[in-house]
Order: sequence, then structure tokens, then C-alpha cells
Amino acid sequence: METATLTPLGLKTFVPRPDKAPPLVASGIIGWMRINLFNTSFNSVLTVLALAFLCKVLPPLVSWAFLDASWLTPSPEHEGACWAFIVNKFRVLMVGLYPGEQLWRPMAVAVIMGILSVVTVARKLSTRLLILLWYTLPVGLFFIINGGFGLPKVEQSLWGGLMLSMGLAVIGILLSLPFGILLALGRRSRLAVVRTLCTGIIECVRGVPLITILFMASVMLPIFLPQGVNINNLLRVQIGMILFSSAYIAEVVRGGLQAIPVGQFEAAGSLGLKPWQTTVFVVLPQALRHVVPSLIGRCVALFKDTSLVIIVGLLDFLGMVKASSQDPKWLGYDAEAYVFCAFVYWIICFSMSRYGQSIERRNQW
Amino acid sequence: MALQMAVLGVILYGCHGLLTNTQANLAARNIASGFGFLSLESGMPISNSLLPYTPADTYGYAFFMGLINTVFVSVIGIILSTLLGIIIGVARVSSNWLVSKLAEIYVEVLRNIPLLLTLFFAYTIVLAALPVPKKSLMPLAGFFLNNRGIYLPRPVFEPGMAAVMVALVVGILGAMVIIGMARRIHDRTGRVIPGFSLGLVTAVVLPLAVFFMAGSPVTMEHAVLKGFNFRGGLVIRPEFSALMTGIILYTAAFIGENVRSGIQSVDPGQINASKALGLSQALTMRRIVLPQALRVIIPSTTNDYASLVKNSSLAVAIGYPDMVSVGGTIIGQNDQAIEIIAMWMGVYMTINLFISLVMNWLNSRVQLIGR
Repeated sequence: METATLTPLGLKTFVPRPDKAPPLVASGIIGWMRINLFNTSFNSVLTVLALAFLCKVLPPLVSWAFLDASWLTPSPEHEGACWAFIVNKFRVLMVGLYPGEQLWRPMAVAVIMGILSVVTVARKLSTRLLILLWYTLPVGLFFIINGGFGLPKVEQSLWGGLMLSMGLAVIGILLSLPFGILLALGRRSRLAVVRTLCTGIIECVRGVPLITILFMASVMLPIFLPQGVNINNLLRVQIGMILFSSAYIAEVVRGGLQAIPVGQFEAAGSLGLKPWQTTVFVVLPQALRHVVPSLIGRCVALFKDTSLVIIVGLLDFLGMVKASSQDPKWLGYDAEAYVFCAFVYWIICFSMSRYGQSIERRNQW
Repeated sequence: MALQMAVLGVILYGCHGLLTNTQANLAARNIASGFGFLSLESGMPISNSLLPYTPADTYGYAFFMGLINTVFVSVIGIILSTLLGIIIGVARVSSNWLVSKLAEIYVEVLRNIPLLLTLFFAYTIVLAALPVPKKSLMPLAGFFLNNRGIYLPRPVFEPGMAAVMVALVVGILGAMVIIGMARRIHDRTGRVIPGFSLGLVTAVVLPLAVFFMAGSPVTMEHAVLKGFNFRGGLVIRPEFSALMTGIILYTAAFIGENVRSGIQSVDPGQINASKALGLSQALTMRRIVLPQALRVIIPSTTNDYASLVKNSSLAVAIGYPDMVSVGGTIIGQNDQAIEIIAMWMGVYMTINLFISLVMNWLNSRVQLIGR
């Protein structure tokens, strides 16, 4: 019983009736569940098991972390988490033993770095300007934290907490990038001596754990230096971090260099560019663009790796968390301390890796 | 050429400077050099040693204890994290939305938190939740769980066990022969023989039969509560459990991602074609998806295995005596950092070289053979 209508010209046009709605069990939430949760008997069993697991785990977790938790002041009658511990220790966790009257300095640095990160992610400035900013601003920020130019000096042994982790990671990445590029270029050099040396450094560093590098930096470096030259533990650890990170970045960059077609070299050569000009103006810009997502992956890895400095006696974020949980006045709050620490690390690392993925998808750089 | 010479000269000059500095510093600090200390008595206790060890043993033997602990942790870690990683990876591509989401949450949480934090978490929180020995948990008869460790019954072998071991070896060899024959017959005639199942039966039934014929030559030594702690039995220390838990959970997240990308890299057309040919789901997985997925999975997993071995050095942070932890104690006693660090590097490089050799061999077997 299809309906037919008359068009102005008097011709009949076929107009089908609208489709019937799909049966209720195949559409909406039930249909979705049938397709995605109960499509086979095996999947049904899995779904039930997973739901049982969630029912067992989630309610106690939620009531511990939120419902029964005490937030601002510790109260012994509460069963759940005591987030007051975090509130009380917050300053130490963020900046370590940095003196209280100078707190505006780390805060200012955090705000500036935050703005710089937002500007970078939003791509409001040209790439060149961004690179310039990333390599100049941290120098000034270092002096704000450290003192100098009229600001009172704050001993580096007082630095700690998230500030120290961030500092080690940011300076580590910024300085290991040029060294990594040099090592990667050296590994592809035509000069056998340079190539062997660079390959040796990269493979030796990548073959051993970061801990041994940190041990080496903190124990062996003083033995290698001329007598009378002393550098403090923080700087030694930072040097170890840079050495470690450079070797990994070198391998990432090498991947990018290998992706450049040989025609690019030939074209540059036929235009009369010298080898160093070819490298700097033709090859590197393309190679680095290829590897930006992997480089962000290295940033995440290095930031996670800064937690190892606790083993050579620095109190970074994780170190401060551990130390605070052992404070005799606040015993028994390990779970709160570690959960908070995991949460902060997770937020930072997850957003960085998501940013890397978005760049990879859009092929932006 | 001149440039190379110049570079070589600079490097040699640098090395010379380094050497003189080092000699002067070592002399000034009264630090001995050379590997002579390895034969001296160490005097340090090691809480978890796989072989008998006393503080009266030498530094060299103590370092060796750490080394076998590192290898032990690495081997068990690689096996278990591979198993868990495969489960996570398969769950990630599951058509079951809930399972796939749970696996994704697992991966994203574990990958974005430092391993050291996971280790501290496992060590502190789990240890604090366990009771004192007197109030031990007993999930199964003879198994005890308390804050000093996990106590299991220890198998004590009697003489008849040797025959069982021989039977086991014969069974495994026989299984390999049967599987090989089944494959050859299949290749020649196309007849399908369940070689794998037959082989498995051989490898299990033969040792079991000998075991019972020899009159079950194993007795279990149970742990017994004496005073404040348990005696006897097989004990897994909390440091070891925490280290294994942390390393396995962390590495499994990475291996799971490899498995996921490997499976997703297989063209769906391959699976459709396999279904169209009438292959069962299991056969499609084993013959079509897996061989192609492995080509993507193996290279990245090789890197993860190498990282696992290196990450086992975090044992030092929770007091499990691996090679780095023992070596660190030696450095603390005699300041001979250069020798110890050289030994660390030698061992880690050797292990990593071994892993890449094995994995490259595996990789060459799964790669497409070009004609």
C-alpha cells in the first residue's frame, strides 16, 4: 500500500513508507549490551566475572577514598582515607624544604612554566620562537629558584618534592636533546673514530640500568675530576640523567634520520649545499619533525625515571612522599601518600602521552 | 683523515687526563684498585640467597649471589609478565566492551606511574596489610601468609625421584619426536594427526606413571610455627614478592600494548578469508593471526625484556639483594666503585646481548621468507 503523490507535472513518484523501528532488544541500551557484552556465551561469562570483580572492588574503594574520608582535619573516628595528611604535608611534597618566606619563587616559576606549556600545546607561537623560549626561559627560572641577581640564595640541599622532579626532568630533556642529536649524527658519521665512539657511548649507556649510571655519577664522577674541583650531588645526578637520556634520544633521532630519503641528500648536494648545511637545514628539520611523538614518549619516560634519584639520596617527589609517610607524627598514612603520589604522576604522564598521540594523529609538526 | 687523527688525539688526551685524575684521586683517598678484593672475606649478610651463603664467604661469591638473584628475578619476571601481557593484550582487543575497557584502564594506569612507586606501593601497603606470624592467614592447608613472607610446603625428594626425572626428560623428547612426525606426515599426505595433543599426553603420562610406580617418592615438609616465626618449608620473602609483583604488573602493561598492536596490525581480510575457508576460530588464531602478529610483537617485546632486566635493579630500593644492591654495599665498604660498576656493566650487557640473540633468532623464524 505504498502511497503515491502527484508532482506538479502530474507524474507519480514512489515514496516508500518509513522503516519500522528495530525491535527493542536490538536497539538502545539492550541492543548495545547484546552486541558488546553478551554476544557469545564466553563473553557473557567474562562480563559477569568482570561485573562481580567491580562490585567487589569499587564500593570499598569509593567509600575509603571519598565517602568515609576526612578531608581537611584528621579525625580518628573516620574509617576512610585521611587526606588531611596530604593537606598538611602539601608544601613539603611540592617544594621540599624550600624556605617558607621564599615560596613565591617556586610558585612564580610554576606559573611561568605552566603558561609556556599551554602556549606550546595551543601552538599560538611559531616553532622557532617556542624553541627559543624553551631554551632561554628555564635559565632565568633557575636563577629565580637558586637565587642571585639580588635574590637571596637558597641552598640546593633544601630543594625537593615535585619541584625537584620537574626541574630534573625539564633540564634533563632540554640538555639531552642537543647531545642526543650530536650522538645520532656521530653514529652515522663517515669518520670511523667518531662513529665507533658514538656507537660505543650509546650502546654502553642503553645497556645498563639508570641506577648504575646514577651510582656512577654520584660516586665515580668525583674520582674522575681534577683534584680541587667539587660539584654537588644534585649537579652530578643531573649530569647522569642527561647522559642517560641522551643515549635514548640519540636512538630516537637516528630513527628519524633513517626515514629521510637519500634523494634529499642528493638534491641538497646538487644545489651546492655543504654537508653541514645539508644536515642543519635539510635533514635535521625533517628528521626531528618525524620523531616529535617519540620524543614526547622519552619526556614521559624521563619524568618517571627521575623518581630513581631517591636511591642516591635526593628527595624528589616520590622521596618526599616516602619521607613524609615515615614522619613519626603522621604514621600509618602510607596508602594516602602513595595514592596521592600515583595520582599526580599519572595526571602529568597521561596528559603528556595523550598530547604525543594527538600530534601523531594530526601529524602536526 | 687528518680530522679523524685530530678527533682521536683529543679523545686520547681526554682519556689520559681522566686516568691521571683518577689515579691522583684514588691515591689521595687511599682507595685500592684492581679486582683483588673479590677474594677477601665480605662479612656482609645477604637475606635472600638462592645458594648457601654466609658472611664468611668472599666478596666475589657475594656478588655472584646478587648476580643469580638478578637472573632469577629476570627469568621469572619475563615468563610471568609475558603470560599476563598476552592476557591483557587479548583482553584489549576483545569484542567485550567491559573487558576491553578494564584492560585499557590497567594499561594506562600502570604505564603512567613510575615503577619505583608501584614497588613501594606493593611493598609497603601489602606488607602492612598482612598479619604477624602468630595470626597468619592460611588460604590452603600448609600455606601460610604473614608479614615475614609466604610459606609453602617444601618438596623433599627421595631416591626414586631420579627415575621420575629421567622419565620426564624421555617424555619431553618423545613428545618432540611425535610432534615432528605428525608434521611430516601432514606435509606429505595432508592427513591431520593431533600431534600436539599426543605429544602432551606422552610428556605428562610417562613421568606420572613412573612417579606412581616408584611409590610417590616426594614428601612435603610443612612450615611450622615455632616461637615468633615459622620454621622449615619453602619461604618467599616479602621483598621478593613485592619486587616480582611490581615488575610483572609494570612490564605486562607494555607487553599488553605490543600484543594489542600486533593483533590489530593483522589485516581483517585475512581473518575473513580464513573464515571463508572454513577454519575454526582457534585455528584462525593459531595459523593466521598469531604468525603475522608475532612479526610486530617480537621486536618491541625484545626491548621490554631488556628493560625488565634493567628494572630489576630497582630491587635495591626495597632491600632485595640483587646484583646492584650487593654491589652497592660493597662500594660502601671498600669504595672500589670503578671495579664494581665495570662488573655491573659487563653483566647487564651480557644479559641484554643474550636476550637480543635469542629474540633475533625467534624473530628470524617468524619473518616472511622472501622468494
